[in-house]
Amino acid sequence: MHPVRKQRLIVVLCVVLFSSAAIGLMAYALRGNINLFFPPAEVAAGKAPVGQPIRVGGMVVDGSVQRSDNSLRVRFEVTDYQASVPIVYEGILPDLFDEGQGAVAAGVLDENGVLQATEVLAKHDENYMPPEVADALEKSRAQMGAGNADKAGKGQGE
Amino acid sequence: MIPEFGHFALIIALCLAVLLATVPLWGAWRRNTGAMALAPGLAMGLLVFTGIAFVCLTTAFLQDDFSVEVVANNSNSLLPPIYKFSAVWGNHEGSLLLWVLILAVWTAAVALFSRELPLLVLSRVLAVMGFVAVGFLSFSLLTSNPFARLIPGTPADGQDLNPLLQDPGLIIHPPLLYMGYVGFSVAFAFAIAALLGGRLDASWARWSRPWTNIAWAFLTLGIMLGSWWAYYELGWGGWWFWDPVENASFMPWLAGTALLHSLAVTEKRGLFKSWTVLLAIFAFSLSLLGTFLVRSGVLTSVHAFATDPARGLFILVFLAIVVGGSLTLYALRAPAVNSRVSFAWLSRETLLLVNNVVFLVATLTVLFGTLFPLLMDALGQGKYSVGPPYFNAVFVPLMALLVPFMGLGPVSRWKRDSAQRWKAELLLPTLAALACGLTLPLLHGEYNLWVALALVLAGWLLLGLLRDVWFRLRAAPTLARGLRRTPASYWGMVLAHLGFAACVVGVVATSQYSIERDLKMEVGQAETLAGYRFEFVELANFRGPNYLADEARFVVSRNGEEVARLAPQKRRYLASNQIMTEAAIDAGLFRDLYVAMGEPVGQGGAWAIRLHYKPMVRWMWLGAIFMAVGGFVTVMDKRYRRQRAARAAGAGEVAHGAQA
Repeated sequence: MHPVRKQRLIVVLCVVLFSSAAIGLMAYALRGNINLFFPPAEVAAGKAPVGQPIRVGGMVVDGSVQRSDNSLRVRFEVTDYQASVPIVYEGILPDLFDEGQGAVAAGVLDENGVLQATEVLAKHDENYMPPEVADALEKSRAQMGAGNADKAGKGQGE
Repeated sequence: MIPEFGHFALIIALCLAVLLATVPLWGAWRRNTGAMALAPGLAMGLLVFTGIAFVCLTTAFLQDDFSVEVVANNSNSLLPPIYKFSAVWGNHEGSLLLWVLILAVWTAAVALFSRELPLLVLSRVLAVMGFVAVGFLSFSLLTSNPFARLIPGTPADGQDLNPLLQDPGLIIHPPLLYMGYVGFSVAFAFAIAALLGGRLDASWARWSRPWTNIAWAFLTLGIMLGSWWAYYELGWGGWWFWDPVENASFMPWLAGTALLHSLAVTEKRGLFKSWTVLLAIFAFSLSLLGTFLVRSGVLTSVHAFATDPARGLFILVFLAIVVGGSLTLYALRAPAVNSRVSFAWLSRETLLLVNNVVFLVATLTVLFGTLFPLLMDALGQGKYSVGPPYFNAVFVPLMALLVPFMGLGPVSRWKRDSAQRWKAELLLPTLAALACGLTLPLLHGEYNLWVALALVLAGWLLLGLLRDVWFRLRAAPTLARGLRRTPASYWGMVLAHLGFAACVVGVVATSQYSIERDLKMEVGQAETLAGYRFEFVELANFRGPNYLADEARFVVSRNGEEVARLAPQKRRYLASNQIMTEAAIDAGLFRDLYVAMGEPVGQGGAWAIRLHYKPMVRWMWLGAIFMAVGGFVTVMDKRYRRQRAARAAGAGEVAHGAQA
């Protein structure tokens, strides 16, 4: 074979081989490892899949945080002011997790509609709101119309 | 007065950048020596005026001038002075000013150290960098002016720097990272200059190689510091999260790694020229993309300071101009710089090609994972998140695939090599690596296949390199002669590859052997983890300069002997009322012990406590330091000095010509 043509063949084969390996890996990895965000209203409406990894976020309901006395188990609810979803988590909560603040939990929804969380994320500083939560609240406020607007507006402002 | 002075200096810097981006380019086009020779002077001027602007902002921070908006939002009179200084870049506006300053430093460095370059090339390179400076200076001035005042309405005290950023690691992490990020603009500028001139030869590669290596080394250090900071500051003992912003700095690193290997082929063999140019464009575009992702607020992250759509749009447009423009230029000019040299299947060229393809594919998979949620959101398909499992599943096999080729690379020959020679060279190291790798995990008790695999791969790299070094030195008449004869670039390569091997071992051993436990603990209680007994001896209050803290004191012992005393804290910062976890770590070469406080549990004074046992986690960062040092060492190679000496001889003429 002509050396230049052979060289091109090497290049093309390398590229094809490795990129097909990568595409295969990506397809495999994407299957189980991405998760979709659901606002509490959609979870309550039964739109969220049971037994699959999802994320749910909203404002932590005031007075809903219950800690166990002898373990690190925590139960709390998040709301978008239309519906709320109970979340159970065992472990250390982030520093900025608090009632009345935005939080996102990742985990699996069980048959009773409780999110068994494996990870809870709060914001990074006082002025920050997780964008999904901000969006969900925005949407819920729009749906509820003028009547409850100032209540949701309060949540938004925090 | 001082902030206005700084603002004014920044405007002058923009004017100089506009001149730098246009006049020398016009000079290069019309072959006007006078216009071209203005470039180095303009580059220096750019540095001086951005430097003045930066000093002005720093002064405002150090003097607690809360009439300046960024100071009021990101500093506080109680903040320790060193953090007032680092607060300069702990916010969107200031970090952008640092970006511009570092770009000016690189531009001036090119002007200063490249006197041996033909004036035509130098003026084009500097003009391209000037163009980038125009983009970022106008971004800073138009959308994120660091000198904006709060008059009237000056607050009595500032809102304080985000406590997460009040940390020694964060003082140098951004500057180092930016040195790397922005440093790729030099490689980019050389590539564009070469496309403009239509001359892509070995000397072009030789010029841009040291710059690329330095930028890459800085980026390596910057990423390493970021990872180390996350490990001890975020309080959950993780060191890499595949967070979009981490990816934003990691993608240029991956592309840069491909670039510096491809530059080696271009310099030594005159091959892969168009490919190298493309990689240079790609690496810098990824730096810009990273800046866009971080600065536009499209992402959720510690790094996302701003959420102003105008800012995002500005960078997006700039990104489009740079990427679109350079790719168009590439499409028009690249065929003209094709090469006609050949190589065989078994040769160093093929191995470096494998390196390039693997790193590029890795870059693309990370890019895909990072942009996928943004893409789906933009298409209205919902808010997805792509987590670490995706990245691990894709990235780890790719790197594992790379190592066998990486071991062969340094011992192989250019142009043509043979399987017999490889076998002769590497049979012994292979067997030794297999033996060591498969038996060493036995020492840990529980046998772990992944650790064994990592050790075999790292051993294969290490032993292959050692054998190669030994053969090189043995071939010389005396050891001293052998050492002297071996070029610095070779030692740099050896260091960097050893660093990579250390990283592989560190990453795999930490991921596989780490033990993590979240517990409820009271004073007097003890818990044993991997043979270490952690005893909670005391709970105390502590007052820092700008925070109050609860401090849990632990005594760690092993077989009855005290190993360390650890005192993690839970801090409440006074100005912002923000709560922060301060982990306590006993660091060691073979293991770290890590204690962090959660929150109080129940009424009895118990706390949620997080205990970690992390074996070999330091190897990862040590490996990264080795890689960076390797990058710096390659630049000391004689052949770049020779080039400089030759240039110094010719510099008289050029300078002469410049004045004429």
